Amino acid sequence: MRKAIEKNAKILTLFAVACTFVVGLVNLLTKDRIEQQEQQQLLSTLSDIINPSRHNNNIYQDCLLLQSPELANNEVQTAYLAKWDKKPIAIAITTTAPDGYNGNIDLLIAINVDGSISGVRVLKHNETPGLGDKIELRKSDWINNFSAKKMMSDSDNRWHVVKDGGMFDQFTGATITPRAIVKAVKESVIYFNKNQQSLFARTTTCRGEQ
Amino acid sequence: MKLNAEYKELAWQGLWKNNPGLVQLLGLCPLLAVTSTVTNALGLGFATLFVLICSNATVSLVRQWVPKEVRIPIFVLIIASFVTCVQLLMNAYTFGLYQSLGIFLPLIVTNCAIIGRAEAYASRNPIKQASFDGLMMGLGFLAVLFVLGAVREILGQGTLFDGANLLLGDWASILRIEVYQLDTQFLLAVLPPGAFIAMGFFIALKNIIDEKIAQSAPKKQDQAIERVRVNFDAQ
Repeated sequence: MRKAIEKNAKILTLFAVACTFVVGLVNLLTKDRIEQQEQQQLLSTLSDIINPSRHNNNIYQDCLLLQSPELANNEVQTAYLAKWDKKPIAIAITTTAPDGYNGNIDLLIAINVDGSISGVRVLKHNETPGLGDKIELRKSDWINNFSAKKMMSDSDNRWHVVKDGGMFDQFTGATITPRAIVKAVKESVIYFNKNQQSLFARTTTCRGEQ
Repeated sequence: MKLNAEYKELAWQGLWKNNPGLVQLLGLCPLLAVTSTVTNALGLGFATLFVLICSNATVSLVRQWVPKEVRIPIFVLIIASFVTCVQLLMNAYTFGLYQSLGIFLPLIVTNCAIIGRAEAYASRNPIKQASFDGLMMGLGFLAVLFVLGAVREILGQGTLFDGANLLLGDWASILRIEVYQLDTQFLLAVLPPGAFIAMGFFIALKNIIDEKIAQSAPKKQDQAIERVRVNFDAQ
């Protein structure tokens, strides 16, 4: 009896070790490539909302980690800085709209130094296909509504969906999704307007070295 | 000659008679969730096919050394390792598709079709037959995914092969066919309930065809083949 258990345990361990080894090996072989793909994806999104001709720094390297109760419930967010000869041009902040119809909506919001929106993109969402997913650029160009919009004051009433008396359209059958995004963009702009100086003054980057 | 007949039988079982999607009804979760477009269906189909062949071959290869008391954890280990490898590889080489398949790739682990084949066939047969069985079962599953994906995509968005470039590279954008113009998507077809309904029709259709075949050749004797069961016996 004991012998049988010992034998089985040994075989099971052997298989576990072998399987782990194979997975580890594949992980090792694909790690660089995956990182590269993710970086490429991020870069192409970044260049969508901040025109690459407007900055001459490496926007991927020039990043910092933010944490503030005013941004996405105090979760750590990444910001990418666009500069021309060290002069601030724009910032792209990742943030999360926690109140989507179906959970979190991850956003990348680019804001020019004058406080106007340079562009917004949805990175990840679980909204209903056909209704709430019009926030994706390949489904509808709604998200471009934000471009060049500016907050006049912290209590700018136009920063709501039309239904709430603001200037952003909602979709037929889906108000919650656009409402969540407008709110998240608004929060980021308010945060940026307040902290602009300190954001660009920081010298540490999220990748450790420059 | 006997070997040839066995291969034929395996192909027939996997593709039609014992199709994992239509008859065994295994792996419904990814099947229903992912088939909103042909591209997604093909992506998941090929991933499942690959895992199925690899796991069947491996299980068959190690079958002498696996004591029957611990075979299930070992099968699960093998399958999970292959799925993780596929996931890593897809993440590295078909990034766009990986993002749209997302959570459903790891779900291949829970696709009972795979452990079902490992247990029912691969653990008792030589590696060649086992791999072939994996290939045929995988193809059967892939075919159901493909048809379901095509029907849902045409009804839901009026296109075929939308986003094929995610799977096959940029040249594949030309594969996209606009069957007809839709102003708004047909939601029922896009969402999982539509998949359930379409699936029901497919199963009904298969049963009708089977009945027709049985009527036209009523006296043909069934060959003795071991039946696949979803649940595992204790022995």
